[in-house]
Amino acid sequence: MRFSLGKLTLPLYAVLAFIYLLIPIAYTFVFSFNDSLKTNLIWRGFTFDKWTNVCQREGVCEAFGNSVFIGIISTIFATGLGTMIAIALVRYRFKFRSSVNLLLFLPMATPEVVLGAGLASQFFNLGVQKGIWTIIIAHIMFCLSFVVVTVKARVASLDPALEEAGRDLYANPTQVFWKITFPLLLPGIASAALLSFALSFDDFIITNFNAGSDMTFPRYVYTAAARGVPAEANVVGCAVFALAILIVLATQINGEVKRRKLAKVH
Amino acid sequence: MAFAAFGSSNAPAAAKPTRSGKVVIALLAPGLAYLGAFFLTPLFALIMVSLEVPDPTGGYAEYVPAFEIGNYLYVIGEYLPHILRSFGYALAATVLALLISYPLAYFIGVKARPRPLLQKLMLTLVIAPFFISFLLRTLAWKQIFSNESWIVSSLHDIGLLAPTQYVVGTPFMVIFGLTYNFIPFMTLPLYTSLERLDLRYLEAGSDLYASPTKVFRKVTLPLSMPGIISGTLLTFIPIAGDYINASGDFLGSSSTSMIGNVIESNYLQINDYPSASALSVLLMGVILVLVTFYVKKSGTEDLL
Repeated sequence: MRFSLGKLTLPLYAVLAFIYLLIPIAYTFVFSFNDSLKTNLIWRGFTFDKWTNVCQREGVCEAFGNSVFIGIISTIFATGLGTMIAIALVRYRFKFRSSVNLLLFLPMATPEVVLGAGLASQFFNLGVQKGIWTIIIAHIMFCLSFVVVTVKARVASLDPALEEAGRDLYANPTQVFWKITFPLLLPGIASAALLSFALSFDDFIITNFNAGSDMTFPRYVYTAAARGVPAEANVVGCAVFALAILIVLATQINGEVKRRKLAKVH
Repeated sequence: MAFAAFGSSNAPAAAKPTRSGKVVIALLAPGLAYLGAFFLTPLFALIMVSLEVPDPTGGYAEYVPAFEIGNYLYVIGEYLPHILRSFGYALAATVLALLISYPLAYFIGVKARPRPLLQKLMLTLVIAPFFISFLLRTLAWKQIFSNESWIVSSLHDIGLLAPTQYVVGTPFMVIFGLTYNFIPFMTLPLYTSLERLDLRYLEAGSDLYASPTKVFRKVTLPLSMPGIISGTLLTFIPIAGDYINASGDFLGSSSTSMIGNVIESNYLQINDYPSASALSVLLMGVILVLVTFYVKKSGTEDLL
């Protein structure tokens, strides 16, 4: 009896921990169906209205659109620059390697207020007007290192024999890269891009320091928090959540299916 | 580090690096130049601003370059409570996150090892909070613990809370929110460490008649130390600089303001750029000390 109880402790603990992690998500979901007025504090009854008429609430969809635009542009640049660095770090030995590692790590280790205030001071000194593009510049900066970390893991797992085989068959370096290396790196690049988009989409602190009057979705929620966030904001948050989880689960299941197929072949 | 958990961690030996200077430069230069321009230079800009003095001939919120070290003495004197509070809250939340995460990471990384799909699903649950807006999930906790909520009224009923006491706005609530919001940053590196733990070492320990507690203390804990250190770093740093949780519109009140709140209001609301910058530089200084300590212990390869 004692033995089996001890065995159950950890799984039970894990279940409790997951409940704790999921409570605010469940709350946000439930209250996206609240038949609320301007604020969304008390349960007033169930409705699908907020989901079907998200854009009715002034500002929500505009802020969401801005965030998507900023996310896409930042992701493209951060993923490109980061992938190049990741390849260099794994495939080549060079001087100043540890300095490069440190330079890449520091933005991840710097508190967001410091990054935000620093960049804002720089824009101020240069006389740059803050707006969508200053937000994008900031987002590329803090996404870059996360891309490097994610892609680096993938590059390190590549079997160099595959590229060698390509060279043996007289492919030139460009062909080797685009026909062999790049397709193999693609899953890593894709997850880096997703991560980068997620970081950009959800960023508030750095954005707030470097935004002019343009709203992003987190800025909209922050501003609304003072007087009560409308249920429409929950709808946007939940829709993004659902989409992200679906993508992650789909990749995992896809990977598992491939793994099982391979296991059968061998 | 944190997100390495999602890459393939058991990679075969890396390719034999070849020498090719031009290619390396072409690959590195654009990204590093970007970080130079929009990460390093801004930090210098911040240091310069932190030493500025009000323009004697200018109007409100106009400053001129100077070398006023006194700004630092001023912010330390003026905002000492906020500084201490930030590091105190960050320490409390980091320790809580470690205590909550360790058993969970152990379960996912060690106990669930025979079931890779379950492992992956549980990791998805760990990062699930990241996919819902940071601000929305913080507001959700605020509503759950609001003054009118059943949790607070039952706390009043059973007398754990005096009738005039509430939860939102207290240091407890802020630390609770900080712990929740940054827990995945602790769980992931712990998982990465524990996932690589060779179980034969544990067997060896118990074969030599060590008690389970002793095996944990002498084998598991030291072997998972890299995860503990990087998890601690990854949670402590963002928590020390956070200002959402402690803000009055979210989980805190004026008596829970942290460094981040002061930087935000001095910079964006009252436009006192030098004091906000001086506080940022101080915060960055503390962080750099921590990072240096980490690098000395683990080297720079493990940073990324």
